Amino acid sequence: MSELTRLSAAEIAGAIAVGEVSAEEVTRAHLDRIEQVDDVVRAFLHVDTDGALHAARRVDADRAAGRDLGPLAGVPLAMKDVVVTEGLPTTAGSKILEGWIPPYDATITRKIKDAGIVMLGKTNMDEFAMGSSTENSAFHPTHNPWDLGRIPGGSSGGSSAAVSAFEAPLGIGTDTGGSIRQPAAVTGIVGHKPTYGGVSRYGLIAFSSSLDQAGPFGRTVLDAALLHEVMGGHDPCDSTSIPQGVPPVAAAAREGAGADLTGVRVAVVQELGGEGYQPGVLAAFQEAVSTLRGLGATVLEVSCPHFDYALAAYYLIAPSECSSNLARFDGVRYGLRVGDDGVRSLEEVMSLTREAGFGPEVKRRIMIGTYALSSGYYDAYYGQAQKVRTLISRDFAAAFEQADVLVSPSSPFVAFGIGERVDDPMAMYVNDLCTLPASLAGTPAISVPCGLSEGLPVGLQVMAPALADDWCYRVAAAFEAAYVGTNGPLRAPELIGGAA
Amino acid sequence: MTVTVEDVVARYEPVIGLETHVELSTASKMFCSCATTFGAEPNTQICPVCLGLPGSLPVANAAAIESTIRIGLALNCSIATWCRFARKNYFYPDMPKNFQISQYDEPLCVDGYLDVEVSGRSYRIGIERVHLEEDTGKNTHVGQSGRIHGADYSLIDYNRAGIPLVEIVTKPVPDTGSAAPEVARGYVTELRDILRTLGVSDVRMEQGSLRCDVNTSLNAPGEPWGIRTETKNVNSLRSVERAVRSEMIRQAAVLAAGQRVVQETRHFLETTGDTRPGRSKEEATDYRYFPEPDLVPLAPDPSWVERLRAELPELPAVHRARIRNRLGVSAEDMQQMANAGVVDLVATTVEAGAPVTEARNWWLGYLAQKANERDIEPADLPITPAQVARIVELVGAGTLSVGLARQAVDGALDTGEDIDAVVAAKGLRIVSDANALAVAADEAIAANPDIAAKVRSGKVAAVGPLVGAVMKATRGQADAAAVRELLLERLGAGAATGDT
Repeated sequence: MSELTRLSAAEIAGAIAVGEVSAEEVTRAHLDRIEQVDDVVRAFLHVDTDGALHAARRVDADRAAGRDLGPLAGVPLAMKDVVVTEGLPTTAGSKILEGWIPPYDATITRKIKDAGIVMLGKTNMDEFAMGSSTENSAFHPTHNPWDLGRIPGGSSGGSSAAVSAFEAPLGIGTDTGGSIRQPAAVTGIVGHKPTYGGVSRYGLIAFSSSLDQAGPFGRTVLDAALLHEVMGGHDPCDSTSIPQGVPPVAAAAREGAGADLTGVRVAVVQELGGEGYQPGVLAAFQEAVSTLRGLGATVLEVSCPHFDYALAAYYLIAPSECSSNLARFDGVRYGLRVGDDGVRSLEEVMSLTREAGFGPEVKRRIMIGTYALSSGYYDAYYGQAQKVRTLISRDFAAAFEQADVLVSPSSPFVAFGIGERVDDPMAMYVNDLCTLPASLAGTPAISVPCGLSEGLPVGLQVMAPALADDWCYRVAAAFEAAYVGTNGPLRAPELIGGAA
Repeated sequence: MTVTVEDVVARYEPVIGLETHVELSTASKMFCSCATTFGAEPNTQICPVCLGLPGSLPVANAAAIESTIRIGLALNCSIATWCRFARKNYFYPDMPKNFQISQYDEPLCVDGYLDVEVSGRSYRIGIERVHLEEDTGKNTHVGQSGRIHGADYSLIDYNRAGIPLVEIVTKPVPDTGSAAPEVARGYVTELRDILRTLGVSDVRMEQGSLRCDVNTSLNAPGEPWGIRTETKNVNSLRSVERAVRSEMIRQAAVLAAGQRVVQETRHFLETTGDTRPGRSKEEATDYRYFPEPDLVPLAPDPSWVERLRAELPELPAVHRARIRNRLGVSAEDMQQMANAGVVDLVATTVEAGAPVTEARNWWLGYLAQKANERDIEPADLPITPAQVARIVELVGAGTLSVGLARQAVDGALDTGEDIDAVVAAKGLRIVSDANALAVAADEAIAANPDIAAKVRSGKVAAVGPLVGAVMKATRGQADAAAVRELLLERLGAGAATGDT
């Protein structure tokens, strides 16, 4: 494996900036790596070799011309296939969008391109971001580089696996109920879900509009922060985009790397632990809390009683919004069309298209959401879930009176075996127990690797108040510095030579 | 025996209600920046947002919100200090997202009224709500049926999709008796004039920028209100009146036969003036309304609303009172002019020097007829009130007969030239009076003694050249048959006809 694929994004950008290596060389190294390992990892749905090389050469040309390069210029990136990319297939992991070539770029796609970041291709995901294992992809599962028999988390499992397997130093995921943080945790990388509205949703194929947020993956906290700064900021094309600029997350990551948390109040959330959590996960988490205390943090416990209802509320709100968001996939304008024989009615063609084009989990959620929004049920389900959401926000507000950040495991479990939970939706849904509260409250949260359990990565989740994403990065970076200083970085196996 | 509305109200009391949709004339669409020009090539005013492409997001048009508030203020509504858009979910191919962004239980304007004058009586029409939504695309079903069922194929033009649409809903209007059809028409007329005065819409019913659904029910005196029907496809002011009338008569027949009126949507047929059943309300879809999560709530600043209120133009009723006062006409005359859309035209014509009666007669008579022939509003005729005043002056002075004046008007309408220029070019002047013709006839006889002698001797057919001479002398502006008779009379040949 080329050493270039081992470098962090910050290191790669630095090397390109001083001319030690060209962006094209970096891109080729990563394309080679994809070539070598992706038939076992299967992180990508579409590799854009020509587009990536073209983008890399442009960075090299810009540098040769003496033009200013952005802090991540020339750094390769794996893009989740839910983000719209002009001229490149975008499927959201679904058969129903197979063959659709978007005529426009998502705002974050444009920002990535403008920053000179090299998009290598589009990564696998649970269909329409619904799932926690990437097994709900309509195309194929993705394998965890730590153990190819296991899942890479989801729904952004393609991007997390790609970054973990050194196919790309950076990845973009989207997080609706934990789809960045849980895959980051189970593949041993860093993933951050920004404050809702902090990163534009324009061009994200919507699952649940009030919850969806795109965010960065990296193998280091600083890399994630650097990518966050490129992605974030107000977008007039997204009404829910907040006017505030991106918090100073890269500076916070650098500050945190000094490994000093003196005076920082860290609260452990009582409700996010205990029964139902794997002992190895809890042990790694306790160890992480000790480390934080060792860095000077004041550690306390808080109770957020309504977090217990987060799962129930989430599985009403997200399906309700998805039942409406996914209505447009009907075979009339783009994507799959089934049964259009000139005889069947419009309704039949729509119905056959949706029957054939959506997988079982998507159908399940459309059905749940359609039911929950129905006249006569709305108040009891959607309306009630929104009230729970408010109560969860109040729990957060009360907790943040006492603490600067809240911590928990990122997921109750380490990566489980492929196929282990596919027949039990509830067993799949509980993967999101730790991540749902911040999704429902729209507050930022990061997952940073905090050790191994049975040889598999465990993530530490750091949650901060809305707009205080920099606190997530600062605490995560301090923890990372301490952990790596003691244990060395967590790194997935080499995979070369048929590790499967 | 023909049943009339008077027969109906002898046994039943009508309750009417109107839902009016107004396309706003904003430069761009409701949720994107596409143009809104009427009649553009199909699918040329579209973008990812109004096509509902995956990933696209709406951003509300501030000008449309302002227009809606101004409409609400003009209709004496309360303006919400906080409200939301909502999604109305149903599948139909003219709706790109398979949901319409509308407003549900939180409309922008509520609880207003509009006073309507009909036959000297004033009716206060309660306004339930004024809300803002997006228009759908336009389907063209090609095939014999002209409807979606049985079409060979259907074409969809999304230019209209996303044009801002304001829905104005009245409260039920009881106690109008046999005037119900006229009240309905009067309401839509008054509303149209208000919208035009506000400058928020083209209000062209024939182009669909003002569309009306008419609700009608009947009940026996003292009984609760009856079951209502909703009549759609009512595309002119006249149709509004006819639709209510025909529904009253139809429902009365149903009730008189001891049957129940079916709650349903009915279709107005322009050709017959009847209504036909459409979609039945009982099988209507559950729209699964929920707050639109892609848009932030609207919270119009009360001081801004007050400024909009202060800046409202003089509304038609006030304007009419002022004009009526100035013109000194009766309420009925005023109403008639208002219904024809000529109040300002008459007023300006009077200002330009014409007597009120003549100005009114021209605009309500010949000019209204010309506008009707051209399918345009009188105000859009290519003739100015000043030109009309000149016509009145020429007629008053005896320079032109009414017939010649009409020719002059025709000339002005065709060429756009000034009246005097048209009169000069066409050589129009009055020649129909007996004296002028007699003089011309005598001159012709004197100038052609031989012919005159032949005619006197009984050769009636020889009169032709004399008629020609008179016509020439009057430059073709006399009636040839009358000239012939006049000549024969003066030559003592009698009014013989047919013998050649």
